[in-house]
Amino acid sequence: MHTFILERPRDLAAALAFHAQAGRNDAPAEYIAGGTDMVQLLQEHVRRPERLVSLAGLLDGHIEAGPQGLRLGAAATMADVAVHPAVVEQFPVISEALLNSASPQVRNQATMGGNLLQRTRCPYFRDVGYAACNKRSPGSGCSAIDGENRWHAVVGTSDDCIAANPSDLAVALVALEAGVELRGAGGQRFVPLIDFHRLPGNTPHIESVLEPGEVIAAITVPASSTARRSHYLKVRDRASFEFAVVSAAVALDMDGGRIRAARVALGGVGTKPWRVPKVEAALAGGSLDPAVLRRAAALAAEGAQGRGHNDFKIELMQRAIVRAIETAGARA
Amino acid sequence: MTTALIGQPVSRVDGRQKVTGRATYAAEFEVPGLAHGAIVRSTIAHGRIASINSVAAERAAGVVAVLTHRNAPRLAYRPHKGAPDPDVGERLHMLQDDQVNHQGQPIALVIAETLEQANHAATLVRVSYTSETGTTDIERIEPVLPTQKNDQGQVRPPETRRGDPEGALAAAEVKVDYTYVIPRENHNPVEMHATIAAWDGDRLTLWDKTQWVHNVADEIAAVFGIPAENVRVVSPFVGGAFGSGLRTWPHVTLAALGARVARRPVKVMLSRREMYYGVGYRPHTVQRVALGASRDGRLAALLHDGYQETSTYEEFSEALLNASRFLHSCPNVYTRHRIARMNVHTPTYMRAPGEASGIFALESAIDELAVALGVDPVELRLRNEPEQDEFKRLPFSSRSTRECYRVAAERFGWSRRTAASRSMRDGRWLIGWGMATATYPMNYAPASAMARLLPDGTAEVRSASSDMGPGTWTSMTQVASDILGLPIERVKFTLGDTRLPRAPVHGGSMTMASVGSAVQAACRKAREDALTRGGANDVTEAMRRLGQPVEASVDVQPGDASQRFSMHAFGAVFAEVAVDPDLGETRVRRIVGAYGAGRIVNPKTARSQCIGGMIGGIGMALMEHSVVDGRNGRVPNANFAEYAVPVHADAPSLMDVIFVEEDDPHVNPLGVKGVGEIAIVGVAPAIANAIFHATGKRIRELPITPDKLL
Ligand SMILES: Cc1cc2nc3c(=O)[nH]c(=O)nc-3n(C[C@H](O)[C@H](O)[C@H](O)COP(=O)(O)OP(=O)(O)OC[C@H]3O[C@@H](n4cnc5c(N)ncnc54)[C@H](O)[C@@H]3O)c2cc1C
Ligand code: SF4
Repeated sequence: MHTFILERPRDLAAALAFHAQAGRNDAPAEYIAGGTDMVQLLQEHVRRPERLVSLAGLLDGHIEAGPQGLRLGAAATMADVAVHPAVVEQFPVISEALLNSASPQVRNQATMGGNLLQRTRCPYFRDVGYAACNKRSPGSGCSAIDGENRWHAVVGTSDDCIAANPSDLAVALVALEAGVELRGAGGQRFVPLIDFHRLPGNTPHIESVLEPGEVIAAITVPASSTARRSHYLKVRDRASFEFAVVSAAVALDMDGGRIRAARVALGGVGTKPWRVPKVEAALAGGSLDPAVLRRAAALAAEGAQGRGHNDFKIELMQRAIVRAIETAGARA
Repeated sequence: MTTALIGQPVSRVDGRQKVTGRATYAAEFEVPGLAHGAIVRSTIAHGRIASINSVAAERAAGVVAVLTHRNAPRLAYRPHKGAPDPDVGERLHMLQDDQVNHQGQPIALVIAETLEQANHAATLVRVSYTSETGTTDIERIEPVLPTQKNDQGQVRPPETRRGDPEGALAAAEVKVDYTYVIPRENHNPVEMHATIAAWDGDRLTLWDKTQWVHNVADEIAAVFGIPAENVRVVSPFVGGAFGSGLRTWPHVTLAALGARVARRPVKVMLSRREMYYGVGYRPHTVQRVALGASRDGRLAALLHDGYQETSTYEEFSEALLNASRFLHSCPNVYTRHRIARMNVHTPTYMRAPGEASGIFALESAIDELAVALGVDPVELRLRNEPEQDEFKRLPFSSRSTRECYRVAAERFGWSRRTAASRSMRDGRWLIGWGMATATYPMNYAPASAMARLLPDGTAEVRSASSDMGPGTWTSMTQVASDILGLPIERVKFTLGDTRLPRAPVHGGSMTMASVGSAVQAACRKAREDALTRGGANDVTEAMRRLGQPVEASVDVQPGDASQRFSMHAFGAVFAEVAVDPDLGETRVRRIVGAYGAGRIVNPKTARSQCIGGMIGGIGMALMEHSVVDGRNGRVPNANFAEYAVPVHADAPSLMDVIFVEEDDPHVNPLGVKGVGEIAIVGVAPAIANAIFHATGKRIRELPITPDKLL
């Protein structure tokens, strides 16, 4: 671990003044919330900030559900959100995504804000023994494109970075058209979650639209006709405690056996939480017939590009969509 | 006399210490004045260090010393080969020259007041290399026969032939001929390797995680050119090892070297990532198995040709092909074992080294043959039961395969299996039932033990063995209590210290046979002595009368039984899997294993061993894989997030372990064969065979991850 200064500001205004910025390796100051990802990055020398600004006690951790929808304070833990009755009943996809994430110990410690900003699991990013990683050291190259890339993304990639976004929660949230409330020295703004993470392009080291100093203050999930009948499906190499190989978040508004409206997002395959509007459009008005679902799911593969070891994800993600819709559709 | 303790399911005598955090592991000893060492490791696989600049590191806060090949003291490195060291080649010498032989090779040691200071300063060491072309991609290497014709004695001949295997294969009515691949796997015990070294003049104490304290002392003495008696090694508890603690790894030397230069005790503990570079691993293997049989299912030809990775500086080889030479009856057999020399660090023994991998290939192939013949897999094996060890031409001292098949099949409900693949379902899930045979040799090595009886009716029994988890503490206490006729609470067994009588390496499933026999003999001798001298017929009374301690030390040696018998444990493993046909996920639902492993000293700890082996086998079958980057030999998934081992949710709720009655008077005085390693053998092929039964897909490359089943 590198030597850094740990700031424990008394209030949020004081915290914002340090201009910390999450999700950028070149930022001299960085926030720490639950620390479950940050401490790993510090220990492995992936992050070497001069200053760590603790958010402990500074952000709201309340979970509120009302007619408008759900509001999750950024400091709420994964564990608390996962079992909150309103979340379980009205937004099951969120609860399921969380309960399929990490372990109980990690979920007790990890926060909503930190979850959305956790760094990629790309093993080259996390092993400083590899010199080449554009995300870690801008301009150094990418070790994954010609390397072992079973873990990597097939959509939203660029020639500079193919790292997958690891958050399960974010996949569920983009399916539900959630947004984030950001707070900075200049005030507050609202960003739809789908626009919050950036595609890698030729700047993979900039992961979000956060400006220096800005924090995520809360997550808002609008009430919708689909949220109640939602489901998170996670495919992985072992039964629990592992990041997704491929995952699918779906939410359905059903009219008898017909799909009135569908929301579908994918995890494990995208450089950011990946919503597939074309699949949603193709599903709308259709039935739960497997062949129909399969035709709609095939649209998710448009533009997908495998790099060898991860080619299988293009097929697997379509199957995951079909299965997740079948499961959600079969729910009362 | 108390009731017999051998054979009783006694709970672990050290269990309370472990679960209350009072068992002290290597890194936890409190040694005054301790400094911390951090290892700087190479980031190339092959070449030379062109320059190494430690100025910034030396100036960093808290740094005591930075050692590189430029300033480290020259070390004696007298020749030393312990039993777990490869016969051919030489270990890497630490910080003695500029040569880099593998990724992650130690190239500097930073010693600082705190661990964080050492780790930080380690990142400030600037290194540049002159890379040389290396070979780190096993797919591009032509394997060769080992240099030494008979590696490790006669145990693992590189090439064997009986009958006319090629001719018999060509003429066979039915044949299968495929190649099986198992990637590199790491032991990944929960406790990382750690050493604390403290010098007192030219005497050295090492608190170390090891499966063999005496070998650590011997090696470090050889490295530093001092008498072995000057080195004391202490290792009371080991938090799992699976073989990773058999050899003495470079960090042990570095800790001792650092302590000598710093003139104060130094601790070196590997991080999880370093565990993939700093200790050995189960090597990547590629195996062709060709079987020929008559239409009625008699094996006519068996060819097993395998190779495995090793380093450029040592020729490691494991018993990949041994079982193929005797497990099933076959008149025409060819085996060839080759090695692929690469710029990697030397692999080592990992739980059932050789057998676990070789039997995966063999037992998958037997299953393929059963399918080709349309014969039930158990029936096929029964038709090829040998009368004797056809390779050694010796009778088996005991062999309970038939009984194992029978009881395990019955417990499993095998008769309800429908033969066709994809014929069994549970809702969406495809269900598959598969089985495999298991074997592991009975090993027995010279061992010593001391028993000391005290007038108050207690006893102290000692041997410098180890307990990496199987329950040595407990089983030895049981043997001693049983022989002495003392209640278990009155017997104190001690292990893990070079000051105790010498024990063999705690590996090869031979601890119960070897150390157990020594403990038995020492206790017998002490008991007889006490009874005669005390003139009583129970130990407590005799000792009360004697009023002074009675001591007996014994060395046991294996006799000539291995010249007269082929001695192995045998078993049968049955597994049920459920495979999601769309998503490719496999869940193991239950495993039944039956073992003929001689006398079982403690059915509780033995069962735990077997369950651990089954779970390890699930890891091998479905998820474990140290991904080696063919470009540079790094292991990108050298961590616990991307290297998957089974978690609780992967362990089937039903794991049934059956020990069949076996009374084998030939193997050793205790009549035990050991269960630690056979426990993992056969599990991976049973699962792979079950997956074939479920899906109709034969996966010949482990691990069987979802992508392979889409
Ligand atoms: C063993 C393990 C397994 C895991 N498995 C999974 C899994 O299966 N699925 C999954 O989705 N996740 C998984 N995770 C990741 C886990 O969900 C994240 O580590 C966690 O959510 C991060 O939250 P935190 O509060 O600890 O964040 P920290 O580690 O404190 O911070 C993470 C990042 O977020 C920034 N940050 C934190 N809060 C804010 C804020 N309010 N505003 C701006 N920036 C902020 C920090 O600066 C930092 O860059 C796993 C983690 C571990 C350790
Ligand atoms: S995929 Fe992205 S994070 Fe991974 S090595 Fe390439 S640039 Fe770095």
